[in-house]
Amino acid sequence: MAQINVPLPQLRKLGETSRRDRWWLAPLLTFLGLSAFIVYSTWAALQGEHYFVPGTEYLSPMYSPVLFDSWKIAAPSGHAWFGPWPDWLPKTLLFIPITPAFLILWAPGGFRFTCYYYRGAYYKAFWADPVNCAVGEPGFRGKAYRGEKKLPLIFQNVHRYFFYIAVLFIFLLSYDAIISYWFHDAAGHGHFGIGVGSLVLTLNPILLGCYTFGCHVYRHLVGGRKDEMSKLGPRKKVYDCVSCLNRRHMMWAWFSLFWVGFTDFYVRMVSMGVIHDIRIL
Amino acid sequence: MSSGKVITHIPESGRDAIFRVWRGDSTAGQFVDYKIRVQPGMVVLDAIHQIQAEQANDLAVRWNCKAGKCGSCSAEVNGMPRLMCMTRLDMLDLDMPVIVEPMKAFPSIRDLVTDVSWNYAVKKRIRPFRPRKPDAPDGTWRMQQDDVDRVQEFRKCIECFLCQDVCHVLRDHHKHDEFIGPRFLVYSAALEMHPLDAEHRVGDLKNEHGIGYCNITKCCTKVCPEHITITDNAIIPLKERVVDEFYDPVTRLFRIFRPKKA
Ligand code: SF4
Ligand code: SF4
Ligand code: FES
Ligand code: FES
Repeated sequence: MAQINVPLPQLRKLGETSRRDRWWLAPLLTFLGLSAFIVYSTWAALQGEHYFVPGTEYLSPMYSPVLFDSWKIAAPSGHAWFGPWPDWLPKTLLFIPITPAFLILWAPGGFRFTCYYYRGAYYKAFWADPVNCAVGEPGFRGKAYRGEKKLPLIFQNVHRYFFYIAVLFIFLLSYDAIISYWFHDAAGHGHFGIGVGSLVLTLNPILLGCYTFGCHVYRHLVGGRKDEMSKLGPRKKVYDCVSCLNRRHMMWAWFSLFWVGFTDFYVRMVSMGVIHDIRIL
Repeated sequence: MSSGKVITHIPESGRDAIFRVWRGDSTAGQFVDYKIRVQPGMVVLDAIHQIQAEQANDLAVRWNCKAGKCGSCSAEVNGMPRLMCMTRLDMLDLDMPVIVEPMKAFPSIRDLVTDVSWNYAVKKRIRPFRPRKPDAPDGTWRMQQDDVDRVQEFRKCIECFLCQDVCHVLRDHHKHDEFIGPRFLVYSAALEMHPLDAEHRVGDLKNEHGIGYCNITKCCTKVCPEHITITDNAIIPLKERVVDEFYDPVTRLFRIFRPKKA
């Protein structure tokens, strides 16, 4: 590789810059936004109850799919794939409760953690690498910087496998959205209806779909890896759609993240009886 | 780098403004303040020329086209890498001194001029365009517009090296020996995604050209005066090709059965 022989200017110290704008604002907002979500989702995942609403099919996306019902609830939620919490699964780990959320949250969590957009954003906001463009970094990294070329961040390259799982989740959450239009009366009879919760649960897979199907991995798989786009045939249309979503990937990332949190919050509040779910139909 | 909104209104009669310009060479230097009278419509390069004409005849600055097309007037204005000839004064807050300094990722020669020759050496290391066998007996090729659309974006590059300057891998980590920088990732993408090209550069990109050092923080995209979507359209798609070839066990397996490029 070409060598550079003349001395370069001194490395700047953390935060040193001639920038006059509020360069710290964007990383700060990212930091606050992601931290708020991590704190809320961890809290919600630790609850192990109020993840569904009896009499409705509402199910929190943070617990879906429910592999086993939580050991904390008395009556089955009706959503569990394999029944109640089995004996072979521990209930706590070092006094921290294990809930159905933890069995599945690693998948969307891993998908977002390895997403190209989030990577760029949290490298700035959480690791100051760089804090923002043309702003000095903490000096300790210096020439020892490893980027995503070496361990541990080389593992970010698994993103496409998380993408495959994320697509599966879109189908599962779409199913949850569809059944949320089904309600049960006191006698146990089912009927069609529309609640505010149904709409909340419907918007969720739509926003998640716009985020997931705008993924760089999908863009690559559906056409980006080819040099001759004209040979893609009808897939070229799909490629163009994905590129279109991809251009706003950051926006979809935040909208969908917020809405997942809000959907859980809504279901939780209705389940706890704090708010009343208004039936439109 | 957008054309930006008007921050300071400059009256027809002009107004005073202070420019804090870096003076020095690779060994030493300092900022020197110059007060000049600026007129509406002026860009930073005009102001530098005015300082040169009126107050500091020996001020070194490199420029050529004054139209944002030659890529030689790259510098940092108020801390952001910019073309001086495309930075209008009314986009800046003239109530404060305007800081003008040379690029930071390259060695300084004098004042605002840096030695960017490292970039030329890097370019020579990238495997050149190698077209596939001609499609027609008369030695010509056939391409569709759809095929070239993607690489046309990359060909807008004017080699101003502002993206190289802002990239923290070069600027803060000085990885010049191991990383070719966003400009040459764009260049590699233009060749690698070219519909006629039969050369293979993915191995180089991973091993010699250090694409893994890019942590997709998108500063290069932000400063590109040609609005090339460097990170999303060039670097990430190349990273995905590297994943195909080196990190994904499934595509690696398929590759054994698939014929190589001609
Ligand atoms: S996106 Fe990559 S190449 Fe561009 S400035 Fe950031 S680290 Fe450098
Ligand atoms: S990619 Fe853009 S910023 Fe980089 S050298 Fe080319 S024109 Fe300049
Ligand atoms: S790049 Fe963001 S989800 Fe894949
Ligand atoms: S002088 Fe040519 S780009 Fe500025």
